[in-house]
Amino acid sequence: MSHTGGRVPDYESERRLAELRQTASQTGRVEGKGVAVQGAPFPQASPADGYYGIPLLKEPQWKKEVPLYFFVGGAAGASAIIASSAGWLSADRDLVRKARWIAAAGSVLSAALLTKDLGVPSRFINMLRVFKPQSPMSMGAWTLTVFSASSVSAALANFLRAKELSAGPLILLENGSGMLAAASGLIMSSYTGVLIGATVVPVWNRHVGTLPMHFAASGLNSVVSILELMGHEDNRALNRLALAASAYEVAQGVAIESKRDRVNRPLQKGASGFIVRIGGLLSGPAPLALRIAYAVTGNKKLRRAAAVSSIAGSLLTRFGWMSAGKASAKDYALPLRPTYSKPEAPIKLHERQDRAIKTSA
Amino acid sequence: MTTTGFLTDSTLCIGCKACEVACKEWNQLPDDGYEWSGHSYDNTQALGHSTWRHVKFVEDTPEPAVGGNLGEQLPAWSFSSDVCKHCEVAGCLEACPTGAIVRMEFGAVFIQPDICNGCSYCVVSCPFGVVQRNEEDGRAFKCTFCSDRQRAGLKPACAQACPTESIRFGPLDELRDQAQDRLKKLAARGIEDAVIYDPTETSVEGIHALFLMRGDPRTYNLPQQPEVPTIYQKKGWTSAVIAAGSMLALALLSFLGESK
Ligand code: SF4
Repeated sequence: MSHTGGRVPDYESERRLAELRQTASQTGRVEGKGVAVQGAPFPQASPADGYYGIPLLKEPQWKKEVPLYFFVGGAAGASAIIASSAGWLSADRDLVRKARWIAAAGSVLSAALLTKDLGVPSRFINMLRVFKPQSPMSMGAWTLTVFSASSVSAALANFLRAKELSAGPLILLENGSGMLAAASGLIMSSYTGVLIGATVVPVWNRHVGTLPMHFAASGLNSVVSILELMGHEDNRALNRLALAASAYEVAQGVAIESKRDRVNRPLQKGASGFIVRIGGLLSGPAPLALRIAYAVTGNKKLRRAAAVSSIAGSLLTRFGWMSAGKASAKDYALPLRPTYSKPEAPIKLHERQDRAIKTSA
Repeated sequence: MTTTGFLTDSTLCIGCKACEVACKEWNQLPDDGYEWSGHSYDNTQALGHSTWRHVKFVEDTPEPAVGGNLGEQLPAWSFSSDVCKHCEVAGCLEACPTGAIVRMEFGAVFIQPDICNGCSYCVVSCPFGVVQRNEEDGRAFKCTFCSDRQRAGLKPACAQACPTESIRFGPLDELRDQAQDRLKKLAARGIEDAVIYDPTETSVEGIHALFLMRGDPRTYNLPQQPEVPTIYQKKGWTSAVIAAGSMLALALLSFLGESK
């Protein structure tokens, strides 16, 4: 006979029932909590714990597409900058071509990811109904639109130029749209820091002044590494850029780790802290050390390892910040404070006793 | 049109949840599931995409001799019906990239359901944790201030159904005066700890759904210093400009050394 779920009685369950029956008949009452509700015991409603410790803020509802978009869009944006700088100053046409293609492909992928995360993807076009400078999401949508159009046309012009079709107008088109792609690429790689920083989520708005720089460095670090792995591992300019980005990431890591309080906790503790820390390690200290070792020994394997590390670190960094934001919104105690970002002032024991005396007097 | 508002007076609330039911019925909102939360008699727990009125059940520490509580130390109960605050400067409205969230003629903050594309940026921009995306439907929802009823000259459903006038509805300035009067009346009866929740001193610059309650508003999950996240943008964009400038300079400098 098949049973429809539920428990199977066993020796332990029957022993417990007999025990309950016995204490009830002997003492007239039963001790025991019964089954604790998940999460019990709950904090009492109080000024410090709020309403039973139920989070006051809503958790960010973005799914994995959004941190992925931060990574792809950041790398694509930085790629357009490299393409234009190299196109202008360097003789390496292959580097320019690859950077243009990364920017173009990344921009298309970015749009796809962002659209996929929308609750009603068919309404992406509504993003372009209004131009709203006070909304970073609106600015982002417009930036992405300009960036996609310009980076795709720059890549196409570059492709046609290589086929040695009528060069004059094509050079003009590549340079013109390339410039536009680089300009919007500068915003692409940094605005996502404003996007999450200018929200009510405590750990995000605490870092609003550094998140854009952090994400820009991360985007630069990743795309330089991608280009290196695509056959440009001898390019000195790329190595210099990667060194600078990794050095910045080291400083960023130190800044995050040096302040320990409740707001920063999701960056240091728990699952989100783990991702942020691994991401930080792979973006900053690890590639920096490897690149210095490469400079000393000239061993290209070290440089390749640095590149792989930077790419992984950059990706993890965005996922880390996303999950830190979710953890932060769940911390019920933070928005109850006079100001979100005010550091925790621990109450000393004698003060507590003072308070108890005052209230009982 | 005059700006209308709510005054939710917790000292009059009996916790009957008529407002929650009226809201769900009028707005045809789905149920929230039938789960025991373990938090007093409150199984709804918070406002959300399908809960636009939410009665909070706060169990206060036992006060002997209060409410006939002579012998056993039973906890005292306070109830308060929560709702979207329809902020003077609304985080959700500022953040909305599609212009779906608008200000109505009577001051309400309204999400136009035919324009919202479900980007969920308003969710992380509301300092009160009110608005939420319905993951099945894809769009964000919150209290509409019964804009449809107001336009027909009627009270919002919750205020209409409230049996004790704990939820008052009317012109906002009148409600502000009425709240002050109520405080005085309560004080005359020896209730000294009543307060009005109306954060006019922060960047939210006041709300259109006022609350009156005893004790600390934070006990009811009302933040002490709610801020519109727009205030963080200046710092953010400054950082973005610095980032862009340094990136460009670095890229140019790096390739400058390589020029042939
Ligand atoms: S309480 Fe939240 S959802 Fe309501 S108007 Fe203010 S910011 Fe918007």
